[in-house]
Amino acid sequence: MKNVLYFLLALLPALAQGQTVAPDVLVKTITDEVTAVIKKDKDIQSGDTRKAADLIESKIVPHFNFTRMTRLAMGRNWRSATPEQQKELASEFKTLLVRTYSTALTNYRDQQIDYKPLRAKPDDNEVTVKSDVKQSGSSQPVSIDYEMEKTDKGWKIYDVKVGGVSLVTTYRDTFASEVREHGVDGLIKALAAKNREPQSSKAGKS
Amino acid sequence: MVNRVCAALVLAGSLAGCATSGGNPADPLERVNRAVFAFNDVADKAVLTPVAKGYRAVLPGFVRTGISNFFSNLEDVWVSVNDVLQGKFQEGLEDITRVVFNSTFGIAGIFDFASDVGLPKRNEDFGQTLGRWGIESGPYIVVPLIGPSTFRDGFGLLFDYKADLVYWGTDSVPVRNSLYATRAISNRTNLLDASSVLEQAALDRYAFVRDAWLQRRRNLVYDGNPPRESDDSDDEPTK
Repeated sequence: MKNVLYFLLALLPALAQGQTVAPDVLVKTITDEVTAVIKKDKDIQSGDTRKAADLIESKIVPHFNFTRMTRLAMGRNWRSATPEQQKELASEFKTLLVRTYSTALTNYRDQQIDYKPLRAKPDDNEVTVKSDVKQSGSSQPVSIDYEMEKTDKGWKIYDVKVGGVSLVTTYRDTFASEVREHGVDGLIKALAAKNREPQSSKAGKS
Repeated sequence: MVNRVCAALVLAGSLAGCATSGGNPADPLERVNRAVFAFNDVADKAVLTPVAKGYRAVLPGFVRTGISNFFSNLEDVWVSVNDVLQGKFQEGLEDITRVVFNSTFGIAGIFDFASDVGLPKRNEDFGQTLGRWGIESGPYIVVPLIGPSTFRDGFGLLFDYKADLVYWGTDSVPVRNSLYATRAISNRTNLLDASSVLEQAALDRYAFVRDAWLQRRRNLVYDGNPPRESDDSDDEPTK
Protein backbone atom coordinates (compact mmCIF):
# COMPACT_ATOMS: atom_id res chain seq x y z
CA MET A 1 0.00 0.00 0.00
CA LYS A 2 2.80 2.35 0.93
CA ASN A 3 4.56 1.53 -2.30
CA VAL A 4 1.50 2.45 -4.28
CA LEU A 5 1.37 5.77 -2.48
CA TYR A 6 4.98 6.59 -3.27
CA PHE A 7 4.35 5.51 -6.79
CA LEU A 8 1.38 7.83 -7.12
CA LEU A 9 3.33 10.72 -5.60
CA ALA A 10 6.09 10.14 -8.10
CA LEU A 11 3.53 10.51 -10.87
CA LEU A 12 2.28 13.93 -9.78
CA PRO A 13 4.78 15.95 -11.81
CA ALA A 14 3.89 13.98 -14.92
CA LEU A 15 0.20 14.68 -14.41
CA ALA A 16 0.69 18.36 -13.66
CA GLN A 17 2.12 18.98 -17.10
CA GLY A 18 -0.65 16.97 -18.74
CA GLN A 19 -1.71 19.89 -20.87
CA THR A 20 1.38 20.04 -22.98
CA VAL A 21 1.99 16.31 -23.26
CA ALA A 22 1.87 14.92 -26.80
CA PRO A 23 -1.09 12.57 -27.41
CA ASP A 24 0.95 9.40 -27.86
CA VAL A 25 3.04 10.16 -24.79
CA LEU A 26 -0.13 10.81 -22.83
CA VAL A 27 -1.68 7.46 -23.79
CA LYS A 28 1.53 5.66 -22.96
CA THR A 29 1.86 7.42 -19.61
CA ILE A 30 -1.71 6.62 -18.58
CA THR A 31 -1.39 3.00 -19.68
CA ASP A 32 1.92 2.55 -17.86
CA GLU A 33 0.48 4.08 -14.69
CA VAL A 34 -2.63 1.96 -14.73
CA THR A 35 -0.93 -1.33 -15.60
CA ALA A 36 1.70 -0.72 -12.91
CA VAL A 37 -1.05 -0.29 -10.32
CA ILE A 38 -2.86 -3.45 -11.46
CA LYS A 39 0.31 -5.50 -11.39
CA LYS A 40 0.69 -4.65 -7.71
CA ASP A 41 -2.96 -4.92 -6.78
CA LYS A 42 -3.99 -8.47 -5.94
CA ASP A 43 -7.62 -7.40 -5.39
CA ILE A 44 -8.04 -6.14 -8.93
CA GLN A 45 -6.30 -9.20 -10.33
CA SER A 46 -8.70 -11.46 -8.49
CA GLY A 47 -11.72 -9.65 -9.88
CA ASP A 48 -12.47 -6.68 -7.63
CA THR A 49 -14.30 -4.60 -10.24
CA ARG A 50 -15.14 -1.83 -7.74
CA LYS A 51 -11.49 -1.19 -7.06
CA ALA A 52 -10.78 -1.33 -10.79
CA ALA A 53 -13.56 1.21 -11.36
CA ASP A 54 -12.00 3.58 -8.78
CA LEU A 55 -8.70 3.32 -10.59
CA ILE A 56 -10.35 4.10 -13.91
CA GLU A 57 -12.32 6.98 -12.41
CA SER A 58 -9.19 8.65 -11.06
CA LYS A 59 -6.66 7.80 -13.78
CA ILE A 60 -8.48 7.34 -17.06
CA VAL A 61 -11.81 9.18 -17.00
CA PRO A 62 -10.24 12.68 -16.87
CA HIS A 63 -8.67 12.02 -20.27
CA PHE A 64 -11.90 11.15 -22.05
CA ASN A 65 -14.51 13.37 -23.63
CA PHE A 66 -17.69 11.50 -22.74
CA THR A 67 -20.01 14.12 -24.19
CA ARG A 68 -18.53 13.64 -27.62
CA MET A 69 -18.53 9.86 -27.23
CA THR A 70 -22.20 9.91 -26.31
CA ARG A 71 -23.03 12.21 -29.20
CA LEU A 72 -21.22 9.90 -31.61
CA ALA A 73 -23.09 6.90 -30.27
CA MET A 74 -26.42 8.77 -30.51
CA GLY A 75 -25.89 9.95 -34.07
CA ARG A 76 -28.87 11.95 -35.34
CA ASN A 77 -30.88 11.39 -32.16
CA TRP A 78 -28.48 13.56 -30.18
CA ARG A 79 -30.10 16.71 -31.46
CA SER A 80 -33.59 15.53 -30.53
CA ALA A 81 -32.53 15.17 -26.89
CA THR A 82 -32.93 18.10 -24.50
CA PRO A 83 -29.80 19.45 -22.78
CA GLU A 84 -30.86 17.70 -19.55
CA GLN A 85 -31.32 14.41 -21.40
CA GLN A 86 -27.95 14.84 -23.08
CA LYS A 87 -26.34 15.31 -19.70
CA GLU A 88 -28.02 12.22 -18.28
CA LEU A 89 -27.15 10.16 -21.34
CA ALA A 90 -23.48 11.13 -21.15
CA SER A 91 -23.40 10.33 -17.45
CA GLU A 92 -25.04 6.89 -17.82
CA PHE A 93 -22.94 6.02 -20.87
CA LYS A 94 -19.83 6.98 -18.94
CA THR A 95 -20.83 4.69 -16.07
CA LEU A 96 -21.46 1.83 -18.51
CA LEU A 97 -18.08 2.28 -20.19
CA VAL A 98 -16.26 2.53 -16.86
CA ARG A 99 -17.94 -0.66 -15.65
CA THR A 100 -17.10 -2.44 -18.90
CA TYR A 101 -13.53 -1.27 -18.75
CA SER A 102 -13.19 -2.33 -15.13
CA THR A 103 -14.30 -5.86 -16.07
CA ALA A 104 -11.63 -5.84 -18.76
CA LEU A 105 -8.98 -4.54 -16.38
CA THR A 106 -9.49 -7.39 -13.93
CA ASN A 107 -8.59 -9.69 -16.84
CA TYR A 108 -5.36 -7.85 -17.44
CA ARG A 109 -2.28 -9.99 -17.06
CA ASP A 110 1.12 -9.41 -18.52
CA GLN A 111 0.26 -8.15 -21.96
CA GLN A 112 2.99 -6.41 -23.83
CA ILE A 113 1.99 -3.14 -25.48
CA ASP A 114 3.77 -1.68 -28.49
CA TYR A 115 3.05 1.85 -29.66
CA LYS A 116 3.31 2.68 -33.30
CA PRO A 117 4.98 5.93 -34.33
CA LEU A 118 2.49 8.79 -34.33
CA ARG A 119 1.61 10.04 -37.76
CA ALA A 120 0.55 13.61 -37.24
CA LYS A 121 1.50 17.16 -38.13
CA PRO A 122 2.28 19.49 -35.23
CA ASP A 123 -0.84 21.59 -35.86
CA ASP A 124 -3.24 18.64 -36.12
CA ASN A 125 -6.24 18.88 -33.82
CA GLU A 126 -7.25 15.26 -34.23
CA VAL A 127 -4.92 12.30 -34.14
CA THR A 128 -5.06 8.52 -33.86
CA VAL A 129 -2.66 6.90 -31.45
CA LYS A 130 -2.13 3.29 -32.48
CA SER A 131 -0.91 0.43 -30.36
CA ASP A 132 -0.65 -3.35 -30.50
CA VAL A 133 -1.32 -5.49 -27.47
CA LYS A 134 0.25 -8.90 -27.43
CA GLN A 135 -1.81 -11.33 -25.42
CA SER A 136 -0.50 -14.36 -23.64
CA GLY A 137 -1.87 -17.60 -25.06
CA SER A 138 -2.52 -16.16 -28.48
CA SER A 139 0.16 -15.13 -30.91
CA GLN A 140 -1.94 -12.58 -32.71
CA PRO A 141 -1.60 -9.05 -31.41
CA VAL A 142 -4.79 -7.05 -30.92
CA SER A 143 -4.71 -3.46 -32.11
CA ILE A 144 -5.96 -0.71 -29.81
CA ASP A 145 -6.36 2.69 -31.44
CA TYR A 146 -7.21 5.89 -29.58
CA GLU A 147 -8.99 8.67 -31.44
CA MET A 148 -7.97 11.93 -29.79
CA GLU A 149 -8.80 15.60 -30.03
CA LYS A 150 -6.91 18.66 -28.88
CA THR A 151 -8.73 20.77 -26.31
CA ASP A 152 -7.87 23.65 -23.98
CA LYS A 153 -7.32 21.07 -21.27
CA GLY A 154 -4.91 18.90 -23.21
CA TRP A 155 -5.58 15.94 -25.48
CA LYS A 156 -8.80 14.00 -24.88
CA ILE A 157 -9.80 10.56 -26.12
CA TYR A 158 -13.20 10.36 -27.83
CA ASP A 159 -13.12 6.82 -29.21
CA VAL A 160 -11.22 3.61 -28.64
CA LYS A 161 -11.04 0.96 -31.34
CA VAL A 162 -10.15 -2.57 -30.33
CA GLY A 163 -9.21 -4.72 -33.31
CA GLY A 164 -10.93 -2.14 -35.48
CA VAL A 165 -14.14 -2.26 -33.45
CA SER A 166 -15.17 1.14 -32.17
CA LEU A 167 -16.32 1.30 -28.58
CA VAL A 168 -18.66 4.10 -29.57
CA THR A 169 -20.20 3.18 -32.91
CA THR A 170 -20.88 -0.36 -31.76
CA TYR A 171 -23.59 1.17 -29.56
CA ARG A 172 -25.10 3.21 -32.37
CA ASP A 173 -27.69 0.70 -33.58
CA THR A 174 -28.65 -0.33 -30.06
CA PHE A 175 -29.15 3.30 -29.07
CA ALA A 176 -31.06 4.10 -32.26
CA SER A 177 -33.48 1.20 -31.89
CA GLU A 178 -34.02 1.96 -28.20
CA VAL A 179 -34.82 5.59 -29.03
CA ARG A 180 -37.11 4.52 -31.87
CA GLU A 181 -39.08 2.21 -29.63
CA HIS A 182 -39.04 3.95 -26.26
CA GLY A 183 -37.77 7.47 -26.87
CA VAL A 184 -34.72 9.18 -25.41
CA ASP A 185 -36.02 8.69 -21.87
CA GLY A 186 -36.41 4.99 -22.59
CA LEU A 187 -32.75 4.79 -23.56
CA ILE A 188 -31.70 6.64 -20.41
CA LYS A 189 -33.78 4.20 -18.36
CA ALA A 190 -32.30 1.18 -20.15
CA LEU A 191 -28.77 2.44 -19.53
CA ALA A 192 -29.52 3.16 -15.89
CA ALA A 193 -31.02 -0.32 -15.43
CA LYS A 194 -27.96 -1.90 -17.05
CA ASN A 195 -25.72 0.10 -14.73
CA ARG A 196 -27.62 -1.11 -11.68
CA GLU A 197 -27.08 -4.78 -12.54
CA PRO A 198 -24.56 -6.54 -10.32
CA GLN A 199 -21.31 -6.57 -12.21
CA SER A 200 -20.50 -10.23 -11.84
CA SER A 201 -23.90 -11.22 -13.22
CA LYS A 202 -23.80 -13.81 -15.98
CA ALA A 203 -27.49 -13.52 -16.74
CA GLY A 204 -27.37 -11.20 -19.72
CA LYS A 205 -30.34 -10.95 -22.04
CA SER A 206 -29.81 -11.94 -25.62
CA MET B 1 -19.55 -28.49 -41.04
CA VAL B 2 -19.86 -27.68 -44.73
CA ASN B 3 -23.33 -29.12 -44.75
CA ARG B 4 -24.20 -27.01 -41.77
CA VAL B 5 -22.96 -23.86 -43.45
CA CYS B 6 -24.83 -24.72 -46.64
CA ALA B 7 -27.99 -25.41 -44.74
CA ALA B 8 -27.69 -22.12 -42.94
CA LEU B 9 -27.15 -20.22 -46.18
CA VAL B 10 -30.11 -21.87 -47.83
CA LEU B 11 -32.23 -21.36 -44.75
CA ALA B 12 -31.21 -17.74 -44.52
CA GLY B 13 -31.84 -17.22 -48.22
CA SER B 14 -35.27 -18.82 -48.28
CA LEU B 15 -36.41 -16.90 -45.24
CA ALA B 16 -35.22 -13.62 -46.66
CA GLY B 17 -38.63 -13.03 -48.16
CA CYS B 18 -40.62 -13.28 -44.96
CA ALA B 19 -38.27 -11.89 -42.35
CA THR B 20 -39.13 -8.40 -41.25
CA SER B 21 -36.43 -5.80 -41.27
CA GLY B 22 -35.17 -4.42 -37.97
CA GLY B 23 -32.98 -1.38 -37.50
CA ASN B 24 -29.81 -2.27 -39.33
CA PRO B 25 -29.91 -2.36 -43.14
CA ALA B 26 -27.01 -4.84 -43.07
CA ASP B 27 -29.23 -7.27 -41.17
CA PRO B 28 -32.47 -7.94 -43.09
CA LEU B 29 -32.68 -11.42 -41.54
CA GLU B 30 -32.62 -10.13 -37.99
CA ARG B 31 -35.56 -12.19 -36.79
CA VAL B 32 -34.04 -15.52 -37.90
CA ASN B 33 -30.59 -14.44 -36.81
CA ARG B 34 -31.80 -13.62 -33.32
CA ALA B 35 -33.29 -17.11 -33.00
CA VAL B 36 -30.05 -18.77 -34.12
CA PHE B 37 -28.06 -16.44 -31.86
CA ALA B 38 -30.19 -17.48 -28.89
CA PHE B 39 -29.71 -21.15 -29.81
CA ASN B 40 -25.93 -20.72 -30.13
CA ASP B 41 -25.91 -18.92 -26.83
CA VAL B 42 -27.65 -21.80 -25.07
CA ALA B 43 -25.26 -24.32 -26.65
CA ASP B 44 -22.29 -22.16 -25.71
CA LYS B 45 -23.38 -21.72 -22.10
CA ALA B 46 -24.37 -25.37 -21.69
CA VAL B 47 -21.39 -27.03 -23.36
CA LEU B 48 -18.56 -24.96 -24.76
CA THR B 49 -18.06 -22.44 -21.94
CA PRO B 50 -17.96 -25.06 -19.14
CA VAL B 51 -15.59 -27.22 -21.17
CA ALA B 52 -13.38 -24.22 -21.94
CA LYS B 53 -13.32 -23.24 -18.27
CA GLY B 54 -12.34 -26.79 -17.32
CA TYR B 55 -9.67 -26.78 -19.99
CA ARG B 56 -8.29 -23.55 -18.61
CA ALA B 57 -8.40 -24.85 -15.04
CA VAL B 58 -6.72 -28.18 -15.81
CA LEU B 59 -3.98 -27.27 -18.28
CA PRO B 60 -1.15 -24.91 -17.36
CA GLY B 61 -0.80 -21.77 -19.45
CA PHE B 62 2.24 -22.85 -21.45
CA VAL B 63 0.50 -26.05 -22.57
CA ARG B 64 -2.59 -24.10 -23.72
CA THR B 65 -0.36 -21.65 -25.55
CA GLY B 66 1.43 -24.56 -27.22
CA ILE B 67 -1.84 -26.10 -28.40
CA SER B 68 -3.13 -22.75 -29.59
CA ASN B 69 0.14 -22.15 -31.46
CA PHE B 70 0.02 -25.59 -33.05
CA PHE B 71 -3.35 -24.91 -34.70
CA SER B 72 -2.37 -21.35 -35.51
CA ASN B 73 0.69 -22.66 -37.38
CA LEU B 74 -1.41 -25.05 -39.48
CA GLU B 75 -3.70 -22.14 -40.31
CA ASP B 76 -0.79 -19.96 -41.44
CA VAL B 77 -0.42 -22.03 -44.63
CA TRP B 78 -3.87 -20.92 -45.77
CA VAL B 79 -3.18 -17.42 -44.48
CA SER B 80 -0.19 -17.13 -46.83
CA VAL B 81 -2.24 -18.48 -49.76
CA ASN B 82 -4.81 -15.78 -49.10
CA ASP B 83 -2.09 -13.14 -48.92
CA VAL B 84 -1.01 -14.15 -52.42
CA LEU B 85 -4.59 -14.29 -53.70
CA GLN B 86 -4.96 -10.71 -52.49
CA GLY B 87 -1.78 -9.70 -54.31
CA LYS B 88 0.18 -9.23 -51.10
CA PHE B 89 3.28 -11.20 -52.10
CA GLN B 90 5.58 -9.77 -49.46
CA GLU B 91 3.09 -10.78 -46.73
CA GLY B 92 2.62 -14.19 -48.34
CA LEU B 93 6.34 -14.79 -48.26
CA GLU B 94 6.56 -13.68 -44.64
CA ASP B 95 3.67 -15.87 -43.56
CA ILE B 96 5.01 -18.98 -45.29
CA THR B 97 8.36 -18.21 -43.66
CA ARG B 98 6.49 -18.24 -40.35
CA VAL B 99 5.23 -21.73 -41.12
CA VAL B 100 8.70 -23.04 -42.08
CA PHE B 101 10.31 -21.42 -39.07
CA ASN B 102 7.70 -22.45 -36.52
CA SER B 103 7.29 -25.97 -37.92
CA THR B 104 11.01 -26.65 -37.50
CA PHE B 105 12.53 -24.53 -34.73
CA GLY B 106 9.11 -24.18 -33.13
CA ILE B 107 8.67 -27.97 -32.99
CA ALA B 108 5.60 -28.53 -35.20
CA GLY B 109 4.35 -25.06 -34.38
CA ILE B 110 4.12 -25.45 -30.61
CA PHE B 111 6.37 -22.42 -30.16
CA ASP B 112 5.77 -19.26 -32.11
CA PHE B 113 9.35 -18.10 -32.49
CA ALA B 114 8.56 -16.28 -35.72
CA SER B 115 6.60 -13.65 -33.77
CA ASP B 116 9.65 -13.02 -31.61
CA VAL B 117 11.87 -12.37 -34.61
CA GLY B 118 9.58 -9.81 -36.18
CA LEU B 119 7.15 -11.94 -38.19
CA PRO B 120 3.86 -11.36 -36.38
CA LYS B 121 0.80 -13.55 -36.92
CA ARG B 122 -1.63 -12.28 -39.56
CA ASN B 123 -5.33 -12.81 -39.87
CA GLU B 124 -6.50 -13.82 -43.36
CA ASP B 125 -9.24 -16.09 -44.69
CA PHE B 126 -11.11 -16.54 -47.93
CA GLY B 127 -13.94 -14.24 -46.89
CA GLN B 128 -11.40 -11.44 -46.57
CA THR B 129 -9.92 -12.33 -49.94
CA LEU B 130 -13.38 -12.04 -51.51
CA GLY B 131 -13.78 -8.70 -49.76
CA ARG B 132 -10.45 -7.56 -51.12
CA TRP B 133 -11.65 -8.49 -54.59
CA GLY B 134 -14.47 -6.02 -54.13
CA ILE B 135 -17.27 -8.37 -53.17
CA GLU B 136 -19.68 -6.77 -50.70
CA SER B 137 -20.32 -8.65 -47.48
CA GLY B 138 -24.05 -9.02 -48.13
CA PRO B 139 -26.58 -9.63 -45.35
CA TYR B 140 -25.39 -10.55 -41.87
CA ILE B 141 -26.11 -14.13 -40.85
CA VAL B 142 -25.67 -16.07 -37.64
CA VAL B 143 -24.57 -19.60 -38.54
CA PRO B 144 -25.74 -22.35 -36.16
CA LEU B 145 -22.92 -23.46 -33.85
CA ILE B 146 -20.43 -21.26 -35.69
CA GLY B 147 -21.68 -17.77 -34.99
CA PRO B 148 -21.62 -14.39 -36.73
CA SER B 149 -20.93 -14.26 -40.46
CA THR B 150 -22.22 -12.71 -43.65
CA PHE B 151 -23.26 -14.18 -47.01
CA ARG B 152 -19.80 -13.47 -48.38
CA ASP B 153 -17.89 -14.72 -45.35
CA GLY B 154 -20.13 -17.78 -45.01
CA PHE B 155 -19.30 -18.63 -48.61
CA GLY B 156 -15.63 -18.04 -47.79
CA LEU B 157 -15.94 -20.47 -44.88
CA LEU B 158 -16.61 -23.30 -47.33
CA PHE B 159 -13.19 -22.69 -48.89
CA ASP B 160 -11.54 -22.24 -45.50
CA TYR B 161 -12.98 -25.57 -44.47
CA LYS B 162 -11.71 -27.37 -47.57
CA ALA B 163 -8.27 -25.78 -47.24
CA ASP B 164 -8.02 -26.65 -43.56
CA LEU B 165 -4.95 -28.82 -42.90
CA VAL B 166 -6.83 -30.65 -40.17
CA TYR B 167 -9.43 -31.60 -42.80
CA TRP B 168 -7.09 -33.35 -45.22
CA GLY B 169 -4.14 -33.92 -42.90
CA THR B 170 -5.52 -37.23 -41.65
CA ASP B 171 -7.76 -40.00 -42.98
CA SER B 172 -8.84 -41.08 -39.54
CA VAL B 173 -12.22 -39.59 -38.72
CA PRO B 174 -11.83 -39.97 -34.93
CA VAL B 175 -8.43 -38.25 -35.01
CA ARG B 176 -9.78 -35.48 -37.19
CA ASN B 177 -12.80 -34.95 -34.99
CA SER B 178 -10.63 -34.89 -31.89
CA LEU B 179 -8.48 -32.23 -33.52
CA TYR B 180 -11.57 -30.20 -34.46
CA ALA B 181 -12.86 -30.46 -30.90
CA THR B 182 -9.52 -29.52 -29.35
CA ARG B 183 -9.21 -26.55 -31.65
CA ALA B 184 -12.73 -25.37 -30.87
CA ILE B 185 -12.08 -25.62 -27.13
CA SER B 186 -8.71 -23.90 -27.46
CA ASN B 187 -10.24 -21.05 -29.46
CA ARG B 188 -13.13 -20.69 -27.03
CA THR B 189 -10.76 -20.62 -24.06
CA ASN B 190 -8.87 -17.72 -25.60
CA LEU B 191 -12.17 -15.84 -25.69
CA LEU B 192 -13.35 -16.48 -22.13
CA ASP B 193 -12.22 -13.10 -20.87
CA ALA B 194 -13.69 -11.33 -23.86
CA SER B 195 -17.12 -12.84 -23.21
CA SER B 196 -17.20 -11.55 -19.65
CA VAL B 197 -16.49 -8.07 -21.00
CA LEU B 198 -19.19 -8.47 -23.63
CA GLU B 199 -21.66 -9.49 -20.93
CA GLN B 200 -20.93 -6.25 -19.12
CA ALA B 201 -20.78 -3.98 -22.16
CA ALA B 202 -23.91 -4.77 -24.10
CA LEU B 203 -27.44 -3.47 -23.63
CA ASP B 204 -28.56 -5.83 -26.36
CA ARG B 205 -25.97 -8.52 -26.86
CA TYR B 206 -27.27 -9.60 -30.24
CA ALA B 207 -26.95 -6.11 -31.72
CA PHE B 208 -23.64 -5.50 -29.98
CA VAL B 209 -22.08 -8.69 -31.34
CA ARG B 210 -23.45 -8.00 -34.81
CA ASP B 211 -22.21 -4.43 -35.01
CA ALA B 212 -18.83 -5.33 -33.53
CA TRP B 213 -18.48 -8.29 -35.91
CA LEU B 214 -19.30 -6.25 -39.02
CA GLN B 215 -16.78 -3.57 -38.04
CA ARG B 216 -14.19 -6.22 -37.27
CA ARG B 217 -14.57 -7.91 -40.66
CA ARG B 218 -14.43 -4.58 -42.48
CA ASN B 219 -11.27 -3.76 -40.57
CA LEU B 220 -9.72 -7.12 -41.46
CA VAL B 221 -10.52 -6.78 -45.16
CA TYR B 222 -8.66 -3.46 -45.16
CA ASP B 223 -5.86 -4.88 -42.97
CA GLY B 224 -6.44 -2.43 -40.15
CA ASN B 225 -6.80 0.72 -42.24
CA PRO B 226 -10.39 0.96 -43.44
CA PRO B 227 -11.47 4.17 -45.15
CA ARG B 228 -13.50 6.44 -42.90
CA GLU B 229 -17.21 5.87 -43.14
CA SER B 230 -19.32 8.74 -44.32
CA ASP B 231 -21.95 8.64 -41.56
CA ASP B 232 -19.82 10.60 -39.12
CA SER B 233 -21.50 13.79 -40.28
CA ASP B 234 -23.09 14.38 -36.89
CA ASP B 235 -19.71 14.55 -35.30
CA GLU B 236 -17.61 17.61 -34.81
CA PRO B 237 -14.95 18.38 -32.24
CA THR B 238 -16.21 19.85 -28.99
CA LYS B 239 -14.57 22.74 -27.33
